[in-house]
Amino acid sequence: MQPNLGFLLGSIVKIVLVLAWVYGLLQVMGSASKWVRIAGIVAAFGIVQLAISIKIGNQPILNNFDTGLLFQGATMAMVALGLNLIYGFNGQFSLGQYGFYGLGAYAAAYATYKWTNEKTASALLVLLLFVILAGAVIIGLRRFLKRFTALPVLSAFTLYLIGVIIAGAVAVVAGNALASVVNPLFGTKEAPGILASNAALQAAFVVAVICAGAFAAVVSFLFGLPVLTLGSDYFGIATLGFTIVVNTLLVNSDTILPFPEMKGGRGMIGIPKVTTWFWAFLFLLIVIIVMRNMIYSSTGRATMSVREDETAAKAMGIDIAGNKLLAFVVGSLFAGLAGGVYAHYIGFLSPDTFGFLPGFNPLIIIVFGGLGSMTGTIAASFGWLFFLEGLLRVLLGQMGTEAPTWRFVLYPIALLLLMLLRPQGLLGKIEWGFLRAPVVKPRATTATAAK
Amino acid sequence: MQQASTAQPLAPPKRRSGAQLVWIGRGFLIILAALITIVLVRNFVENPRLFIQIVLSGLQLGFVYALIALGYTMVYGIVRLINFAHGDVFMVGSMVSFFAVSRFSMHLWLKNAMPDLPDWLSTVAGAVLVIVLSMAVCAVLAIVIERVAYKPLRNSPRIAALITAIGVSFFLEYFGALYFVFSPRFIPYERPFEVTTWYIKDGIHLLESGQAPPEGAIIFSSIFVIIVATSLLMQALLQFLVRRTRMGKAMRASAVDKPTARLMGVNVDRVISFTFALGAAFAGLAGVLYAIAYPSVSTLMGITPGLKAFVAAVLGGIGSIPGALVGALIMGQAEALTMAYISTPMRDAVAFTILIVVLLVRPTGIFGEPEREKA
Amino acid sequence: MSNDVPILEIQGLTKFFGGLRAVNDFSMAIRRSELVGLIGPNGAGKTTVFNLITGLYKASGGEISFLGASLAGMEPFEITQLGIGRTFQNIRLFPDLTVLDNVRIAYHPHAGYGFFDSILRTSRYTAKERELTEQAQDFLAIFKLERFQDEIAKNLPYGEQRRVEIARALAANPRLLLLDEPAAGMNPNEIMNLMELIDFIRKRFDLTILLIEHQMRVVMGICERITVMDFGEVIARGTPKEIQSNERVIEAYLGKGAGHAA
Repeated sequence: MQPNLGFLLGSIVKIVLVLAWVYGLLQVMGSASKWVRIAGIVAAFGIVQLAISIKIGNQPILNNFDTGLLFQGATMAMVALGLNLIYGFNGQFSLGQYGFYGLGAYAAAYATYKWTNEKTASALLVLLLFVILAGAVIIGLRRFLKRFTALPVLSAFTLYLIGVIIAGAVAVVAGNALASVVNPLFGTKEAPGILASNAALQAAFVVAVICAGAFAAVVSFLFGLPVLTLGSDYFGIATLGFTIVVNTLLVNSDTILPFPEMKGGRGMIGIPKVTTWFWAFLFLLIVIIVMRNMIYSSTGRATMSVREDETAAKAMGIDIAGNKLLAFVVGSLFAGLAGGVYAHYIGFLSPDTFGFLPGFNPLIIIVFGGLGSMTGTIAASFGWLFFLEGLLRVLLGQMGTEAPTWRFVLYPIALLLLMLLRPQGLLGKIEWGFLRAPVVKPRATTATAAK
Repeated sequence: MQQASTAQPLAPPKRRSGAQLVWIGRGFLIILAALITIVLVRNFVENPRLFIQIVLSGLQLGFVYALIALGYTMVYGIVRLINFAHGDVFMVGSMVSFFAVSRFSMHLWLKNAMPDLPDWLSTVAGAVLVIVLSMAVCAVLAIVIERVAYKPLRNSPRIAALITAIGVSFFLEYFGALYFVFSPRFIPYERPFEVTTWYIKDGIHLLESGQAPPEGAIIFSSIFVIIVATSLLMQALLQFLVRRTRMGKAMRASAVDKPTARLMGVNVDRVISFTFALGAAFAGLAGVLYAIAYPSVSTLMGITPGLKAFVAAVLGGIGSIPGALVGALIMGQAEALTMAYISTPMRDAVAFTILIVVLLVRPTGIFGEPEREKA
Repeated sequence: MSNDVPILEIQGLTKFFGGLRAVNDFSMAIRRSELVGLIGPNGAGKTTVFNLITGLYKASGGEISFLGASLAGMEPFEITQLGIGRTFQNIRLFPDLTVLDNVRIAYHPHAGYGFFDSILRTSRYTAKERELTEQAQDFLAIFKLERFQDEIAKNLPYGEQRRVEIARALAANPRLLLLDEPAAGMNPNEIMNLMELIDFIRKRFDLTILLIEHQMRVVMGICERITVMDFGEVIARGTPKEIQSNERVIEAYLGKGAGHAA
């Protein structure tokens, strides 16, 4: 028992530390002074970075296992924030978040895999061109279609689909052509060129991750356009179908789809492990800032109004369909980014990670943290992982080889208790620091009511 | 005049009605349907025997899914809950029968009690006992789940009940996977009775064990007949129950308007428990039949069939009982055809693509009521 | 625009829900700055007419045109942006948002900045957001609601919620305002205040108002003209005085035979 007790205490301390770190980060980000904000963010980054790098004896302060949890917490936070936007703030129940997570992960991984292992920029260029062209087609088509009223959704969808497919074909051709021009810059093994350098790899990685997010956004636009018009329940079912279809495609990526490097169900290996804490932290920060800025703006208010009362929102002039689509696309973009970051941290990918069952994780996390609370989502992402992997694992250590199975037995019981005792989640609608609603000072008005 | 106001309302830009463009969407669907039909017809023409064989295996799957789908559609009709744990109840049905047969040899009860009775009688009695036992256990399990997990959350936001359903599902799967319960492996299933096979070629003939079927013969087995017959029988029984009995009326009333049903003297809680139990009994039955047909069981076996049965229910129109059957048959055919003509791993993807297409074209399903604005 | 051209014109409006005919050959014309009442027993189809005008329901037949333009096939949000505002029978505020946010939503279609301005916090965002917020606050002040600006809407007392809903509808700058039973659930004192409020907003914002109401005191007190519905059809039109003594109207409300007693 003795070593276990120590471990147990250690796990609890870790959870508290992580939550304190999240709290501190949000507080400094919300400070009025720009210098405090910058210094605080750097400090938050630095504390963790030091803990990862500095060694006492020959063990870093933060061991590999805990570092892994931290990275997973960061990517999960990104995915969960996206889902919270779609469901918590916009009210659309989606089970498709992991489908986009997986799409983003594999897309980014494929691009950098080809870059490092086959010394070709073709995959990256095709991906980049595709998101640019598809994005242009979608934006252009949307503007054009605004000229029509009462356009049936299915027809609009067909047009967009055709446009995106054409964009895809052009991207493949142009990307490969461009690659043949660019590839010599990789040099040879004896005389490596600039593209073979680490700096180039980092740049390729960043581009790949961003494109992964954009790719998820394009797919979510196409999928969401027709499907969001269904009611909430049916939309949820459709997104469930989406996750499963994506999963099946990933499992068959080397048979039905022409991606032998992905090795289908066996899992893709050889992805360059380029995600450092710097990148994970940066992308997480970007997601937090973008989401917060969106929520506390007119767009955010419109988004929440759709959740509150669709009919009233319509009566206030809000374009419901467009608004739901925006939230869905942005939320899926976050998931795609997270996928790219995740893939380059772990170094390998398996379709099982993005299956239908694991897909419930972000949902449980956002409900656990509080549906309308961004802080709750972030805290729960980190806290839940540390709890599940750390605390529970210790507690169940005594159960021997059956520990993983017991985990899934106790986990639903915990869930049931949570739903019974505190359905609004741990933080309800509370926000910390930067994520709190900006205060609007009452106005000393000169307007007087004429009677 | 107007001070604290916003910009003037915009004049509407010149707009053309896009309603004629509906033909783009319709054309897309028509082309898709035509392609599928062409592929199917071609496959049929190439090898009719194989095609019919596949259709038969699709029917077998479909009728099993139909039994499971009934549970989903009934429960959703009354409490608007997608009971994620329903597929796992199906698994429990298989598991209970497995234990009854291999641990306790319950299928031999009559044979042991009265060995002089004709074989077929004791076999039937044994099978019936095992099946009824499985159905009963599943029904009780469902009532317990409903009382413990769903009922307390009836007035909570829908997401709470949904998450709880997910939790119950996980619990059943993994509690069963513990070694002292079922174990996480795939277990070969011992049938409560032997399955006889026939082949059709110049008439129906019995296929002896070890004998290879002749060229061009279509095979089917006793379990196929049992599945089809049982499923249709249950369907008919359920229709009778819902249309002709008081409980059925109570169920329909509760599905439409619970508070009013209560005011009219319906014990809605009892109706809900009954519905859960009945759906679970059907799922348990499906579990036993499925295990006999595909004799390998595991605690995770209920996930995918459960999902497919759910899709079937949505396809047919959730809340509609004949719809569940039709939807399930379509799902069964889609699965069988995909496995044969495309590839086995793709069958799930095809199933869910069908779902998405149906939702887009007719979200309320085949037999569901067409979209109406609420008056 | 002269006062003779109707601001809202409805011809032969019909609506079927499956086999039920909720509205049958309903016609009406409202001129600028009028305050017209639409009354009738429960289930007469009044709210259905509102829903048809605002685009929540699609008409089965007939025409609606606003400011001369047909509203056929338009989405509800497009109709609102044309200048028709409404309130609802059971108050439909955004319950978990603050009062200020509820009103600020009215400005969303004309906020002056878009999604990218929001996330990048451009100077355009800062300027327009401040402008919009100040206008919303001024608006609340007009209705004496400024002290509630940070209250969560669902926590407000009923009467205040109704005022917020009216304020919110007006913040969208409508030309025509549809009020659906604004006096529902109010005591006589609150009703007095409501009548004054309606009078005030009508003058202040140069509004045309169509009012559904059951409280006869309100209807007779402020409406210039009244249209009476029963079973989805118009059964009478006229001034309050004419309607009060109209036999068919009395019958519709009180049953056959009551008409003679009046």
